[in-house]
Amino acid sequence: MRSDSAGGATEGFYDSMTAEIGQFALILAFLLAAVQAGAGLWGARRGEPVLMALGRAAAVLQGGFVALAFACLAISYAVCDFSVALVAAHSNSQQPLAYRIAATWGSHEGSMLLWVLVLGIYSAGIAVFGRTLRETLQARVLGVQALIALGFLGFLIFTSNPFLRLSPAPLEGTELNPLLQDPGLVTHPPLLYIGYVGFSAAFAFAAAALLEGRVDAAWARWVRPWVLAAWIPLTIGITLGSLWAYCELGWGGWWFWDPVENASLMPWLLGTALLHSALVLERRGALASWTILLAILTFSLSLVGTFLVRSGILTSVHAFAVDPQRGIYILGLIGVATGAALALYAWRAPSLRAGALFASVSREGAIILNNLFLSVLCFTVFAGTFAPVFIELTGKDKISVGPPYYSWIFAPFAVPLLILVVFGPMLNWKRDKLSTVLRRVRVPAAVAAAVLLLGLVSVGWKGVVAAAGLALAAWLIAGAAAIPGRRWWAGRASLGRSIRTTPPGILGLSIAHLGLGLLVLGVTGVTAWQTDKVLNMQPGQSTTFAGRTIALQSVALADGPNYQARQARFAITGAGGPYTLVAERRAYATSQTTEAAIHVSPLGNLYISGGDEADGGIVVRLWSQPFIMWIWVGGFVMAGGGLVSLSDRRLRLGAPVRAAAPAAGPVPAAAE
Amino acid sequence: MKRLLFLAPIAVFVVVLVGFMAGLQRDPSILPSMLIGKPLPAFALAPMRPGGQGFTSAELVGQPVMVNVFASWCTVCKEEHPVLMALREQGVNIVGLDWREDADAGARWLAANGDPYAKTGNDASGRIGIDMGVSGAPETFVLDKRGRVRYRQVGEITPQVWSQTLGPLMARLRAES
Repeated sequence: MRSDSAGGATEGFYDSMTAEIGQFALILAFLLAAVQAGAGLWGARRGEPVLMALGRAAAVLQGGFVALAFACLAISYAVCDFSVALVAAHSNSQQPLAYRIAATWGSHEGSMLLWVLVLGIYSAGIAVFGRTLRETLQARVLGVQALIALGFLGFLIFTSNPFLRLSPAPLEGTELNPLLQDPGLVTHPPLLYIGYVGFSAAFAFAAAALLEGRVDAAWARWVRPWVLAAWIPLTIGITLGSLWAYCELGWGGWWFWDPVENASLMPWLLGTALLHSALVLERRGALASWTILLAILTFSLSLVGTFLVRSGILTSVHAFAVDPQRGIYILGLIGVATGAALALYAWRAPSLRAGALFASVSREGAIILNNLFLSVLCFTVFAGTFAPVFIELTGKDKISVGPPYYSWIFAPFAVPLLILVVFGPMLNWKRDKLSTVLRRVRVPAAVAAAVLLLGLVSVGWKGVVAAAGLALAAWLIAGAAAIPGRRWWAGRASLGRSIRTTPPGILGLSIAHLGLGLLVLGVTGVTAWQTDKVLNMQPGQSTTFAGRTIALQSVALADGPNYQARQARFAITGAGGPYTLVAERRAYATSQTTEAAIHVSPLGNLYISGGDEADGGIVVRLWSQPFIMWIWVGGFVMAGGGLVSLSDRRLRLGAPVRAAAPAAGPVPAAAE
Repeated sequence: MKRLLFLAPIAVFVVVLVGFMAGLQRDPSILPSMLIGKPLPAFALAPMRPGGQGFTSAELVGQPVMVNVFASWCTVCKEEHPVLMALREQGVNIVGLDWREDADAGARWLAANGDPYAKTGNDASGRIGIDMGVSGAPETFVLDKRGRVRYRQVGEITPQVWSQTLGPLMARLRAES
């Protein structure tokens, strides 16, 4: 399928077939999705095993053909087939192979193809690993997923065909945006998409359950691993995105409340709520209709996330492929998918069985509060993000809402939630006594109080917010440690044995909450104590900053694979030193980027970005950012907690339901 | 009553969807400005470099001027840039408002791509942009000799936009007394 001719720019007959094969595979996938939808939904309605089996087969084949199409596009990039318009527009032969392949999803069309690929893989996964599901439920889930796939495959084929040819073919392509030529791009968007699309499984399960008229503990046990499987990559993706912006944009910031960042945060907030409410449904059979609603809304927000970037309705750092036509198509998809699901919800949800009762002081009660806060937080982000659109409709002008809005509105709702986080796992299901609960959290409370006191003594009243932030972090970290700690020290078995027998689910919970604590530590540190300084430096000059002496040693030119770099070398002595840092400016063929020099340490980062040449020197910007690395460590630790949870055998995909499972729901009949 | 509660999600959704639809249906290029015929709200923009000069709204009187909102993160601005450079060559009076980013990033971008502006100032927080009703970048306000907004161009100034709309308008404004 490939021929490497000299220069990589001329192509033989075989190369020129690759794109046509990809195009054909996409059309076949579209037709198979139609079969999958029809056979799955109709077969389940009729209780027809042959049709349902056909739906499963179509799901696997559809995934296979989308994968083939994706491979064809990747090959076109790899061999520099510039007769494909997309390849010519987003890569050139000078680019390293890894970034050429990453360019496959660096464009609008390519990223939509990736979207469809992830959806196909999820569908095939449910078809193959879903054998213990109730057969009709599985068929309906696949049917609903096929409807979503139809919408997006149609979007690709009819409005954003990635395989369009150029005639005559250019000899060389243009450049992929250099900002995107970073290891962050190779991993960040695919992870976000796995997360976004992963929630389609939750959505399909919700719609299927409404169609069946049946939501029970068995359903929740099935949904939770799929939600977790979406939540983990989304968490990692958001964290990586933040890290990428920090390293690559050269602004020293880690979160900008940019519409596209918000678009990934909204499904994350609701997805987190969904994880918790599905737990209640699984254990106690309660919150059924609320959980269904969350599943629908989480996926809808993922769609809105896609919509935001594509439509150009809002401006953003990421706005590529601005095209109202595409916006209208995706808006139509959101309207049909969410509208149909919510209509089904209004029709069927009232007849769902109400769950077991519980007292207000109980784990269920705490999780309801958690859900309430997370939903409100999600709403504030939604309102902030879309305020420009709606304010404009009321007759005023388009405006956009900046970071001050978020720090005033977001924080007051986030802080109570963070305080609540420690209480949740300490509460018993069904009912509990407030006084015993308070006794259980006395250790984290004491730790937090000590940190608060220490903070106030050392920084005084002026630093009260910072001290409170640190105390909150301490409260969360100690509270996370107390979750398994309570089992280990209170248990009758020996310490070693109780550590070994702790279920991964409990450890995962503890680790995820620990990650949250670390995140709060990082945010507090950088918000309260970040300092910066801008100055013009000449080689040989030095300056003092944040307890360090920073000397500019030299400014020199160096060549990269497809750019020229100007490297400024700094020698740092003092706190954490001595060490040297190199800040780069890269000139690509058509644009420039800044590679900041960052010295990472647990106590704080030193961030240097080298700017323009002026008056014989260069403009240097220095930042000292205490504790900032804990923001990303926290994000990764949270995702790690999710992974540990996922390894719990009670959640394992396809694992047979154990007789001892505490859930009261009926055991699903094995498929086949 | 209970049924009504379950209808609430779809009711809210329909309202939001209609909002989005309307937001998309509006052609952004014909967005009028509330400021047409009025002066820009008073502002003072920060300098792009430490020790440099920003500019204030009061400095924009005397001759017709185009206030161009740009940012280094805005990809469309990059496409618009050569057009602005060409206009600068022709002596068109353009000032730049570096929007929602650190001045440093904007200054670097101008150094790399060329500076078509007579004056440049930075609005890092986007606060001044809010007062002006900026919907995004690029966006251009055309001011007459008395500093009143006469036209608002949302989106890129293409050679076509210049030759058909902005060019004749600027010529007319120069001829006004």
